[in-house]
Amino acid sequence: MPDINKVLEKYSSPGDLIAALQDIQKEFGYLSEEHMEALSKKIKAPLSRISGVATFYSMFRLKPIGKNHISMCRGTACHVHNSETLLRFIEKKLNIKSGEMTDDGHISLETVNCIGACAKAPAMMVNGKVYGNLDEKKIDKLIEDLRK
Amino acid sequence: MKFLENVVDMKKGHEDLNHDRITVGMATCGISAGADHVFERLKGAELQTMLENVGCAGMCYAEPIVTVKQGDVFSIYGHVTEDKVDMLIQAIRERRVCSELLLGHSLEEIEYYKKQKRLLMSNCGKINPLSVEQYVSAGGYAGLVNALKKKPEEVIADVLKSGLRGRGGAGFPTGKKWQLVAQQQGKRMLVCNGDEGDPGAFMNRVTMESDPFRLIEGMTIAAYAIGSQDGVIYTRAEYPLAVETLLKAIKIAEEKNLLGKNILGIQGFNFTIKMKMGAGAFVCGEETALINSTMGLRGQPRFKPPYPAQRGIDDNPTNINNVSTLSLVSVIMSMGADEFAKIGTEKSKGTAMICLAGKVKRTGVVEVPVGISIRELVFDVGGGVVEGTEFKAVQIGGPAGGCVSEQYLDTKLDYESLQAIGAIMGSGGMIVLNNEACMVDVARYFMSFTAGESCGKCTPCREGTTRMLEILDKITKGLGTKEDLEKLKLLAGFIKENSLCGLGQAAPNPVLSTLQQFGDEYTVHIEKKECPSHACKNLLRYTILDNCIGCGNCKRHCPVNAISGKPKEKHVIDQEKCVRCGACYEACAFDAIERK
Repeated sequence: MPDINKVLEKYSSPGDLIAALQDIQKEFGYLSEEHMEALSKKIKAPLSRISGVATFYSMFRLKPIGKNHISMCRGTACHVHNSETLLRFIEKKLNIKSGEMTDDGHISLETVNCIGACAKAPAMMVNGKVYGNLDEKKIDKLIEDLRK
Repeated sequence: MKFLENVVDMKKGHEDLNHDRITVGMATCGISAGADHVFERLKGAELQTMLENVGCAGMCYAEPIVTVKQGDVFSIYGHVTEDKVDMLIQAIRERRVCSELLLGHSLEEIEYYKKQKRLLMSNCGKINPLSVEQYVSAGGYAGLVNALKKKPEEVIADVLKSGLRGRGGAGFPTGKKWQLVAQQQGKRMLVCNGDEGDPGAFMNRVTMESDPFRLIEGMTIAAYAIGSQDGVIYTRAEYPLAVETLLKAIKIAEEKNLLGKNILGIQGFNFTIKMKMGAGAFVCGEETALINSTMGLRGQPRFKPPYPAQRGIDDNPTNINNVSTLSLVSVIMSMGADEFAKIGTEKSKGTAMICLAGKVKRTGVVEVPVGISIRELVFDVGGGVVEGTEFKAVQIGGPAGGCVSEQYLDTKLDYESLQAIGAIMGSGGMIVLNNEACMVDVARYFMSFTAGESCGKCTPCREGTTRMLEILDKITKGLGTKEDLEKLKLLAGFIKENSLCGLGQAAPNPVLSTLQQFGDEYTVHIEKKECPSHACKNLLRYTILDNCIGCGNCKRHCPVNAISGKPKEKHVIDQEKCVRCGACYEACAFDAIERK
C-alpha cells in the first residue's frame, strides 16, 4: 500500500488541490475520507472545500474500483452506434449497474462522457486502453479474458 | 537572435525525413486498432530500415496506417492489422509495393484528402511527434523566427490581418483578444484551452498527440505578442497520451532553449509552459470555469465582466485560446497573414479541423478550407453514409449545436452561415446521422448530457435542463402530449435568455434545431406512440411470428439468452430479459421476427 504522506509530499498550497486529488486516486484507486483529511492538513484547506471539489468533478471516485476497470464511452458518436444497448449488455453480463463493482471485486464499470475515440465508435476503455468498433461478441470476449 | 540551425540539428531531421523509412501511426485511434502490435511485429522483422512511430494523419477509418519509403517509392498502407502485417513485411523485404493494402503513393492521391487543405495538420502522421529536428526540417519554428523579427504589436497586427477567429467555438477575433490582454498591466497569463469536452470532437487530441511542437510554437508566438512569461496548457485527464506527449515535448523545447529563459538568445524573452489536467467537467471549457479549475476550485463559471483579459488566474490578466487557434498562429506567422486570409470566406478565414464521426463511411479528422459546403464534407470527403442506409442529418457543434438536414446541405461551413440555420461551428465535431437515428432521441441524448454537466450554479440551467430532459424522456417513452412541445419551446427560450454561461445559453439548441427541422418526428412519437427510426428502445418490441421454422439461429445470436424454443418449433422472446439489441432480427433469414 502506498504511503499517503509520500504521495502528498510535493503539494503545499490550496491551488494544488486538483492535482493532489488526481495523484491520490492514481495511487489508491479512489479518494477515501482519511486521504482527504490528510490532504486538508497538508495544503491547509478546509475539508469542505476538498470534498466540494472531489464531488464536483466526475473523474473523482469516492469508492474503490475493481481489479479491472471498464469505462464505457457515452459520447455522441458512440450513442448513435448503440452504446446504450451495449452498456445494458455489460450490466446484465456482470450483474452490476454502471458505477458499481462485481461482488468478487474483479471488475468495475462506469460510463464516461467522451474518450475522443469517436471515429472508432462504439468504444470503451479497459484498464486505460481504448477498444473500438465494439459489438456484443467483442465485449463478451474482452470480459471473458478479464475473468481468466 | 540565434540561428535555428545552431539550436536544432536540422541535418538530422532532414535525413530522417528523406531516407528510407517505415512509419506507423500511433495516436490513440491507431493504438485502439492495434497499431502497437503492428509496430512490434515490424520491429521484430529486423528490416534494416528506420522504423518510427508518427502521429495521426486523420484517416481513422483506415487504421492501422503504415507508410513505407524505399528509394523513390513512397507508399501509404491502410487497414494493416496484425494478421496482415506479414504480407507487408514480405513486400518490404522484396522492395515491392504491397498492392493489397495500398491506399496511395501520396495523400493527394487518396479521395479523402482531395478537398482538404492541410496547414495545421501538415505534419500529422508524417513526423515523429517528439522529434524537434523533424519538426524544424518540415518548416517548424519558421513562424516564431518571423515573429521575433517584428515588434509584439506588429505580430498582433498580423494576426488581426489574417482574420483568424477562435476555433473553440465562439469565433471571437484572436488578434482583438490579444490586444485586450496586451493593454493590461501586471503579470499576464497565457492559457491554452485543451479541455476538449465536447462529445464528438477530438481534433485537439490529434494535434497534441501528433504535432505538439506546433502548439508550443504557437503559444511562444502568442506569449511574445502579449508579453506573457507564464503559459498553461489545460487539458483533459481522459487524454493520457496527449498529456504524456506534451510533457515530453515541453522538456525537449526547454533543453533546446525554445522555452525557458532568453529564448533563442533574445535577452529578456522568457516563457515557460506548465500542464494542468482537468478532472472531467464539460463546463471547464468555459473560460471563467477553466480559470477556477486551474486554481484548484470547483469549475463553476462566474459573471463577466470582469473578463479574463482583465482578471483571470489569481486575478492576473489572462488570455485563453483554443489548441487549434494557437497552432494556427504558428501557421500564419510562417506563411504570412495575407496568404492565410486568401483562404476561406469574407468573414471567416483559413482552415478548420473537423471531426467526422457517426454513420459516415470515412471517419476521422479532416482539415478543410472554411466555406466548404456541408455536402462536400459529408459526401466528397467522408464518402457519404454507411452502405445501405440513407442520409438524414448532420449534427454539428455538439451539445451547444444543431442539425443540418438534407435541405440545408449546401450551407457553407462558416460561423455566420451555420448560425443562420440554427447550428453552430462549435469546436468542429460533426456527427453524421442516417435513417437509423431518431432525432428526438438525439435531442434527448444531448439534453441528458447538458443536464448532467450543468454545474448547478444558476437556476435556469440547473433546473431548466432537467425539466426539458424529463419531457424528452416522456416523449421517447411514448408518454408525451401535444402540450409538451409548447412547454419545451417555452423552457428553451427561458434557459437561453437567463443562464449565466455559454453552457446553459446554448443547452436548448439541439432541441430547438430538431424541433424546427424534424418536428414531424416529435409528432409521431406523441400521436402514434411510435419511433419511425426504431431507435427509441422503449417504443420497440421484437416478436417472433408464426412463420418461424425453429432453426434456432436467433437463439444462438441472443446475447442475453432471452429466446427459448425447441428445434423445429416456433421460438418465443422473453420480453423481460430482452435488451432490444436487434441481434435476432438481423440473424433471422426467414423474416420471422417483427420489429415494431
